Amino acid sequence: MDVTIVPPIKPDDSPQAYPDTEKANLPVFTMNYPRIQIPFEITLWVLLASFAKIGFHVYHKITIWVPESCLLISIGLIVGGIMHSVHEEPPAALSSNVFFLYMLPPIVLDSGYFMPTRPFFENIGTVLWFAVVGTLWNSIGIGMSLFAICQIEAFGVQDINLQENLLFATIISAVDPVAVLSVFEDVSVNEQLYIVVFGECLFNDAVTVVLYNMFNFVAEMPVVEPVDVFLGVARFFVVGLGGMGFGILFGFVAAFTTRFTSKVREIEPLFIFMYSYLAYLVAELFAISSIMAIVTCALTMKYYVEENVSQRSCTTIRHVVKMLGSISETLIFFFLGVVTVTTEHEWNWGYILFTLLFAFVWRGLGVLVLTQIINPFRTIPFNLKDQFGLAYGGLRGAISFALAFTLPENITRSIRPLIELINVRRTNRNLDTINVEIHCRLMEHTIAGIEDLCGQWSHFYWKDKFMKFNNRILRRILIRDSRAESSIVALYKKLELQNAMEILDQVSGDISAAPSIVSLYEEKKTSAKPKKKFMAADLRNMHDILSKNMYKIRQRTVAYTRKNALPNDSQTREILIRRHASIRRSLRPGSFQTAAVPRSHKYFSLPAGKSLDSKFPPQRLSYTGKPLKPPHLSLSRFKVRNTLFHTVFNIAYSVIKHFEFKVNLLAFSTAFDHISLPFSMSGTCSGVYLHIVPDLH
Amino acid sequence: MGASQTRSEHKYQDLMDKTGFSVEQIKNLHKRFEQLSGNEETISRENLENIPALANNPIRRQIIGAFFDKRNQHQNEVGSFEEIGFEQFLMVMSHFRPPTLKTTEEERETMRKEKLRFLFNMHDTDNDGTITLEEYRKAVEELLSKSGAIGQEGAKAIADAAMLEVASTNVPHMAPDDFYEGITFEHFEQILKGLEMESRMHIRFLDVDTTTMRCGRSTS
Repeated sequence: MDVTIVPPIKPDDSPQAYPDTEKANLPVFTMNYPRIQIPFEITLWVLLASFAKIGFHVYHKITIWVPESCLLISIGLIVGGIMHSVHEEPPAALSSNVFFLYMLPPIVLDSGYFMPTRPFFENIGTVLWFAVVGTLWNSIGIGMSLFAICQIEAFGVQDINLQENLLFATIISAVDPVAVLSVFEDVSVNEQLYIVVFGECLFNDAVTVVLYNMFNFVAEMPVVEPVDVFLGVARFFVVGLGGMGFGILFGFVAAFTTRFTSKVREIEPLFIFMYSYLAYLVAELFAISSIMAIVTCALTMKYYVEENVSQRSCTTIRHVVKMLGSISETLIFFFLGVVTVTTEHEWNWGYILFTLLFAFVWRGLGVLVLTQIINPFRTIPFNLKDQFGLAYGGLRGAISFALAFTLPENITRSIRPLIELINVRRTNRNLDTINVEIHCRLMEHTIAGIEDLCGQWSHFYWKDKFMKFNNRILRRILIRDSRAESSIVALYKKLELQNAMEILDQVSGDISAAPSIVSLYEEKKTSAKPKKKFMAADLRNMHDILSKNMYKIRQRTVAYTRKNALPNDSQTREILIRRHASIRRSLRPGSFQTAAVPRSHKYFSLPAGKSLDSKFPPQRLSYTGKPLKPPHLSLSRFKVRNTLFHTVFNIAYSVIKHFEFKVNLLAFSTAFDHISLPFSMSGTCSGVYLHIVPDLH
Repeated sequence: MGASQTRSEHKYQDLMDKTGFSVEQIKNLHKRFEQLSGNEETISRENLENIPALANNPIRRQIIGAFFDKRNQHQNEVGSFEEIGFEQFLMVMSHFRPPTLKTTEEERETMRKEKLRFLFNMHDTDNDGTITLEEYRKAVEELLSKSGAIGQEGAKAIADAAMLEVASTNVPHMAPDDFYEGITFEHFEQILKGLEMESRMHIRFLDVDTTTMRCGRSTS
């Protein structure tokens, strides 16, 4: 029997020409949301927060009365309210890991990278003193007092035990660096004050980590023995010094790496970020102070790296650091707002008010006592007004809360009028002039010399020794082209280059009328050769000089400008405009009593009959001795609000969330063991931290 | 013990009044003076030039010169000494005292002027009351002499630029035919106004004797 295999017969009741509803057809338009959900939502959140930021500046007046961070928080509140009413959960993305591993490092890197190193090292003793002892004093004092208050029945908070109070106090007593920077930078308070408070914020991270762990650990034990206290102290050294050690190690490795990157310029900035992030992560791995690690890494790295990388990479690095820091901060405030609405609160006025009172009292007392002890060791002692500035600057977190919630609106003006009122010693911001630079160097050498003469050492001696070591050994290893260059020369080159660019900019096409900077150098080149017009040779000379002077020019970091934009050149620009005018005006025959200054060639290159002034009207500002204000300062004056409102919700939040502590304490303690807690960033961290911790388990 | 104490205080009393140092500081400095002078009464330039630690300082000539400059003695004399005694030594050192908590505003002003005057004298070598371009050039050259290959022309250019700055900031409306003669003391003060000299230009004079604390160090 044959088996015939018949090919399958297609049913012929369905036409083949048109798509059938039962068949799966080629989709023309599909949507697959779950696949992109996470990156999409992150991008949207970031964009939304950034739009809010743009929006504030569109209507300029808003930022006068309300600081940006507060506005961000309120926008977040609105969004959170919307989400709440729609019964949607806030993004689970804001977990503790995300915060500590992704959002915090950029902010700290930003602060560390732009920190003024010279004043910092000159005051390092004071900084450490305030950071360590001050934080201890504050946290223990506030914790104890709050615990005492809790015993009073009237407030209804007996269930908070001593450990929780101490933990809370640790958070509250930390100084918020962002707020401090905004205030002090704007008011140009004297440098000493600024650097001490700033340094204090960065360094009390180590202290708070240890304190926190210690309090946690101690709570679980029935009896506290002296051994444990001793171990706590030892742990502090491990945490602090370990953090610094890792930072320095990674900083040197980064510097060394950049020595070899001349062929791969495009990825140079990457190394900076990777190494600093590595420092942070490794420190987290060992539960030591990661903030100190990343700050030290940035400090160490900056000096050597900026000499090795190209100018473009240098700019890129700075720009990106600022950008990341700004994004992180924006996001954090925004999320704070969102999350506030979508979770439950508990509120206890008495507790809050007492917290503030004690914070105030203990901080004030602490500063008084500590300054008394350390003033004899300082060459420039802190007077009472400085101490007030110290105390007040460190109080941002607590005070802001009080002022925002309990006092009428107009008192929350800011620290600025207060400082003006009590007339705290102010610094005139150093102008970026050659004279100042020359005389600074001169002064330092003189002092170093006289110290050698006296046979007495101070930090100039150590600085001198370090510089010698640096020049002889470190620079040879870490920098590709290790010729030492004086900062005077660097500054001069930079100014000259900018001057030249300025001239070219102004002229923009009509080069024949440009006063030639060649004239400054022509003395030694040629004898007085009258020229009828600007020739190609002059152009070539100009290019020569420009290229000669462009060798290894580096912009000097503008001191303590964390909050404003990139180091902007408006100060130098104004000086250059003045110089430009003065070059034209004062390079006349017979000036400076030099023998043979030829008739300036530039005058011959003008169209006949015109004077220079008609072509280039002087755009100078009159120099009356007042410090020049770069444009950005007028905006940051109102950012002073930041100091008050900046940490409003954060501290309020921490208070609110404190009450959830007692519910979740057990779960927390296991979680805490895994994470180190940089409480010093209390302004931004504590609020967020305390919020997200409940979500941990 | 008590008698020798009061005697030395007496000896140093007028020194204390003139220079403002305390007794312990004067005693320490006296010890150092004796070290430098080899137990003689006066110090000459060679004594100071022999200090090894100063060898790396780019402006050591000016620093040493400042000690022998009569203008730094606040007695309105000009010229220079061949050798100086302890009192002159102290007078020069007193320029570097830091302000204390008790210093009033006017005292600070005077201090600042004194310190600026000291620096000014370091530049103005021919004592005509102004720092001319030549003098400034020399100063910048010396300052940059130890640091890299900038060369004389570069130093000259920098000095020129600096003078221009001073000119443009102090004499903003110079007529076309003026030329800028030199930096007077007022102009000098003006350009260094923002520096807060009185707090930055100082040395911590120790009250405690550190010479015995450095083991194994001979006079240096």
